[in-house]
Amino acid sequence: MFVRLQNWFAERFHLADITGPLKKKTVPIHNLSYWYFLGGITLFLFMIQVGTGILLLLYYRPGANEAFESVQYIMTRVQFGWLIRSIHSWAANLMIFTAFAHMFSVIFLRAYRKPRELTWVSGMILLFLAMGFGFSGYLLPWNTLAFFATKVGTEITGQVPVVGHTMMVFLRGGEEVTGATLTRFFGFHVAVLPGLTTLLILVHLGLVQYFGMSVPPGVESRWRASPGEARQMKFFPNFLLRELMAWYIALGVLGILAAILPWELGTKADPFAPAPAGIRPEWYFMFMFQTLKEIPAKLWLLDGEVVGILVFGFAGFLWVLLPFFDQLARGRGRRLIMGAAVFALSYMLALTIYGYMAK
Amino acid sequence: MATWRNSGFLRAFFLALVVCASASTLSAQAENTCLLCHGSLDPPLQVTEQQFSSDIYSQKGLTCASCHGGDPTKADMEAMSKAAGFRGKILRTQIPELCGRCHSDGAFMRKYNPSLRTDQLSQYKTSVHGKLFAKGDTKVAVCIDCHGVHGLRPASDTRSKVHPLNVAQTCSRCHADASYMKEYAFPTDQFAQYNTSVHHDALVVRGDLSAPTCTTCHGNHGAAPPGVDSVQNVCSKCHVFQDQMYEKSTHKAAFQSAGLPGCVVCHGNHGISHPTDAKLGTGPQAVCMRCHKTGDVCDQARAEMLGGLTQLGEAINNAHNVLGVAESSGMEVSQARLDEDQARDALTKARVTIHSFRKDLVDQDIQEGLKITAKNLQAGKNALAERDYRRRGLGLALIFIFLAVAGLFLYIRRMEHGVTDA
Repeated sequence: MFVRLQNWFAERFHLADITGPLKKKTVPIHNLSYWYFLGGITLFLFMIQVGTGILLLLYYRPGANEAFESVQYIMTRVQFGWLIRSIHSWAANLMIFTAFAHMFSVIFLRAYRKPRELTWVSGMILLFLAMGFGFSGYLLPWNTLAFFATKVGTEITGQVPVVGHTMMVFLRGGEEVTGATLTRFFGFHVAVLPGLTTLLILVHLGLVQYFGMSVPPGVESRWRASPGEARQMKFFPNFLLRELMAWYIALGVLGILAAILPWELGTKADPFAPAPAGIRPEWYFMFMFQTLKEIPAKLWLLDGEVVGILVFGFAGFLWVLLPFFDQLARGRGRRLIMGAAVFALSYMLALTIYGYMAK
Repeated sequence: MATWRNSGFLRAFFLALVVCASASTLSAQAENTCLLCHGSLDPPLQVTEQQFSSDIYSQKGLTCASCHGGDPTKADMEAMSKAAGFRGKILRTQIPELCGRCHSDGAFMRKYNPSLRTDQLSQYKTSVHGKLFAKGDTKVAVCIDCHGVHGLRPASDTRSKVHPLNVAQTCSRCHADASYMKEYAFPTDQFAQYNTSVHHDALVVRGDLSAPTCTTCHGNHGAAPPGVDSVQNVCSKCHVFQDQMYEKSTHKAAFQSAGLPGCVVCHGNHGISHPTDAKLGTGPQAVCMRCHKTGDVCDQARAEMLGGLTQLGEAINNAHNVLGVAESSGMEVSQARLDEDQARDALTKARVTIHSFRKDLVDQDIQEGLKITAKNLQAGKNALAERDYRRRGLGLALIFIFLAVAGLFLYIRRMEHGVTDA
């Protein structure tokens, strides 16, 4: 049956043109090869997000009067609704975690270097889009914590000089966080961001396919010195089957989290209630949130929060352009990038932990 | 030249300003010369500028002369001459009438505070204080004993002696002073008892200004102990439903015929404690058995009503605990949590219905509460069953995942047996 089907396609399409590059594609084998799996796991989690997101759409109703109740309905009445929603929420968090881990692995293995600068740039934009997914999706259940976290988050956006207020009004759909914000975030979350992300994933994968897997510089120089040591494995099926094992393990972790720690719903947002104590953003925004909290109100003549936002914005911009610094100043630039990556990772970890511990 | 001319003009202008300001200052000082002397005198003749300016009468534009007479615009003793209408120290016996002169004058009071009642003096005359005062007893309270004098604040001001938070303290100044009250053959432990009461907790600890203080039950200007017949009316001002139930009870007629003061018989008065179901029991807090005999029909009804309350209370706690376990397991039970409030409301309602002393009515409320609680308990049990189902499902899924991973691992190993280089 399978052979007949294959023949049917072969008569109509030049399958070799499609499968040829896949068959030729190889993956280097060395002691750091397992880092290659992170990108694939992130992609798998994104696919889980799309699948569970579509299922949630069958019951979710955007709107200040319906959103919370519809998620409550999904969690309590819909068959396996709790599982779908919990997997969606946990997969979102794991996806951002693996995306960050993927990013830092690319830096520390120096996989961003020539000719893969655009792969890095597309990956960074994907990371920002993933954070956008997180920020917009957080509000959708319309619970108290999400409501006030969105209020604080959009207020921070409003601090950006010149365009801040316009951006805040655009995000909120008005001066305040209301039902209009919810429908707007829903639109971003299910239409704008998935469209852009899918497009960029195709570009990112296309670039990975085009340039092949990067080999860490240390391994590369060792292989150059003794070419006999260089080892490769076929992408299909050898690497793909290994990746499939990683996906299964990720699925198991997701299942454990969803069944043992179902994602909480909280209480319905009340825009007229005072903000509860301990308002916090999602963990991946915590280092920025805590930094803005710790910055003094005034830095010289400037508003401390505005300075913080501008510094983060500028640092993010430089981060996207990181491979180009490696090119411009060989040797010194590389050390600078490594130092910046170690500092950024330590800073993010320290401020995140401090943010959760500080009262 | 022009500059010099301008400068001369400015000098003349400023000189005129200084003269006008001095004149107005002198005029202002001339309006109330009383404080010039009384501010520096020793008590009780002392009235400081600070006291006077914080006084509600001063703020409304009244002066010392409004009560004491005289002419404060004149200096020296001329201001305090009989010719100027000076009355001097107001005698204690004159105080109620003096205050009533304005406070009983509706037309006058409308100019200052149209919403203030004008029956304080007539009410005072009906009070125990007023009646004794009329008989010549000057030890009893008159207006200034409760409201103060010179520095008097409106009752809404938390610093006022008659603000709800301060009323009990104000009354206690006389009523808790055993030596002062000696000749009246009156108990003096009301304040100490009140401080242990549920009403004191509500007012002072919780800050609920609608909670009762002395004047809420006894009245203020017409203060008198509520008689046996009026206790129920006093309590029912707040405890409306309890009153409705008591109206249906056989106790009402029985208490009346025995001359017992209604609510106070079971709850006490000044030291009312938070009522618990133990009042229906047979222990130290029990009240029914003070009058009823063990084993009589009323004792049986009491035991059944107490049994119903205990059963509902335990059922609510049981459902609450099961829901708590489900919630801590991450299960969504918010609807049952909301319904728990309904069950607690039913228990509260049953406790109120106790005042009817009718088992059939109490039972209705208890059954309603038990019905809701059974539903909540079931919701909790369902949530726990669902949790276990999920965990079994997870276990099964993990077995399949493990088998798949193991299968893949073995397949890859077999496929790559000895072949790793491309």
